[in-house]
Amino acid sequence: MADIESFDPDARPYWEAAARGELAYQRCTACDAAVFFPRSICPDCGAASPAWQVSAGAGTVYACSVVHRAPPAFQDKAPYAVVLVDLDEGFRMMSGMVDCDPAGVVIGDRVSVVFRADADGRAVPFFVPA
Amino acid sequence: MSLKKACAIAGVAESRLGHVPDSTVLSLQAEALIAALADAGLEKKDIDGMFVAGNWGRLPPLQVGEYLGLHPRYVDSTSVGGSSYEFHLGHAAAAIQAGLCSVAVILYGSTQRSKRDRFIFEVRDELGYQYETPYGLPVPVGAYALAASRHMHEYGTTSEQLAELAVATREWACLNPVAFRREKLTVDEVLDSGWMATPLHRLDCCLFTDGGGAVILVSPEIARTLAKPPVWLLGQGEAISHAVISEMADLTRSPAYESGRRAFEMAGVTHADLDVVEIYDSFTITVLLTLEALGFAKPGEGGRLFEGGRTGPGGEFPLNTNGGGLSYCHPGQYGIFLIIEAVRQLRGECGPRQVADAALALVSGTGGVLSSNSTAILGLE
Repeated sequence: MADIESFDPDARPYWEAAARGELAYQRCTACDAAVFFPRSICPDCGAASPAWQVSAGAGTVYACSVVHRAPPAFQDKAPYAVVLVDLDEGFRMMSGMVDCDPAGVVIGDRVSVVFRADADGRAVPFFVPA
Repeated sequence: MSLKKACAIAGVAESRLGHVPDSTVLSLQAEALIAALADAGLEKKDIDGMFVAGNWGRLPPLQVGEYLGLHPRYVDSTSVGGSSYEFHLGHAAAAIQAGLCSVAVILYGSTQRSKRDRFIFEVRDELGYQYETPYGLPVPVGAYALAASRHMHEYGTTSEQLAELAVATREWACLNPVAFRREKLTVDEVLDSGWMATPLHRLDCCLFTDGGGAVILVSPEIARTLAKPPVWLLGQGEAISHAVISEMADLTRSPAYESGRRAFEMAGVTHADLDVVEIYDSFTITVLLTLEALGFAKPGEGGRLFEGGRTGPGGEFPLNTNGGGLSYCHPGQYGIFLIIEAVRQLRGECGPRQVADAALALVSGTGGVLSSNSTAILGLE
């Protein structure tokens, strides 16, 4: 298990939620904008302290690249698909596709969140075809 | 207040480029400075403004000033990626116009190739980056690949169109004796060069070289005393968008939309007035997105600009006339070299690659992962 103390104050609720199998995001209490990545201010209207919410984990692939020349720590995994996913709640995040053929991932695909442990034991959200 | 003709570019120079193992990041900047001062007909003691960026070491402006023995009364180290040097153009113009300095130098150097420092983007697993680092996206190429995937999806842009830009840029490099890659290139060779991150191939990507550059800007009063014709800054605009690619609202919409509009408005010129265009080509897709943002093509139609070698030597749209970051040099950050080439074109110093009667040029730098853009318009009048 990753050391929860190592996460910064903005990020800790996100990674704690991930450890519970939940995809957390924030919503501005003033303008209702979905906020991601986690922060202490709404980047749209400037209101403080967006509220934490839990996403249903369903979204649509907005952009996709299959990585062939991977960074050193990822070379044994290549090729793999990195995606930007638009979650149904109105925020976008980067993620990776798992349990599928990376070459078959297409923009517009519906996808669902799953959690995988990284090398440090941290639960990280990935996506699978819906 | 407008920055139009607030300053002129009086001197430009590169250091040795390519693979320069007997150099440091500082000695390359010294080489470029000495050559740019000679080009301007000025001396080091004349410099009272310094603009330094870079992705190396600790506190680069202090190290550069110390090594070169510069003690300027105005310093700016705006550092927003490879476009920083176009930002510096506008900032130097403002400082000169305000009387805060009168001879400003923009400097850059990198020994990226000799030091094998391939991972110039030090992306630590912290702050906003921690939500992307778990997924193994190679940065910056992977972020540009995501943008290319989106543009192809929305508009049907093809790998062949992007490859045509790489080929035409290589044609220019073949006319530049200091270009790093000077062998002819074909569209098929680009398409067969292997994937980096789909849909970008190896030859959609810029070079990985050493190199340095210097640009000297002066007040209008000083410009009129110098031997070479002044190259005036007629317009400049800048914009920043995001640091991580997942924060970019529309991957097909570069911040050059905003910076370009500001530059054109300030200069009071139109696209048809331009003789030569130098666009940051970290990747082929960077050029396409920038050209659309600047209004050279409608959204989605940028790929057509490259068809039939229109951007190459003898074509109707002379683009990246030194061979670009794709084939001439790309030492980590490339923005300063856009300015150097535009100035040389306007002065008529480019030999076999000279664009005839070039009088008005546009340079546009993009930094980070489509994160920042500054566009400037330069002219003889």
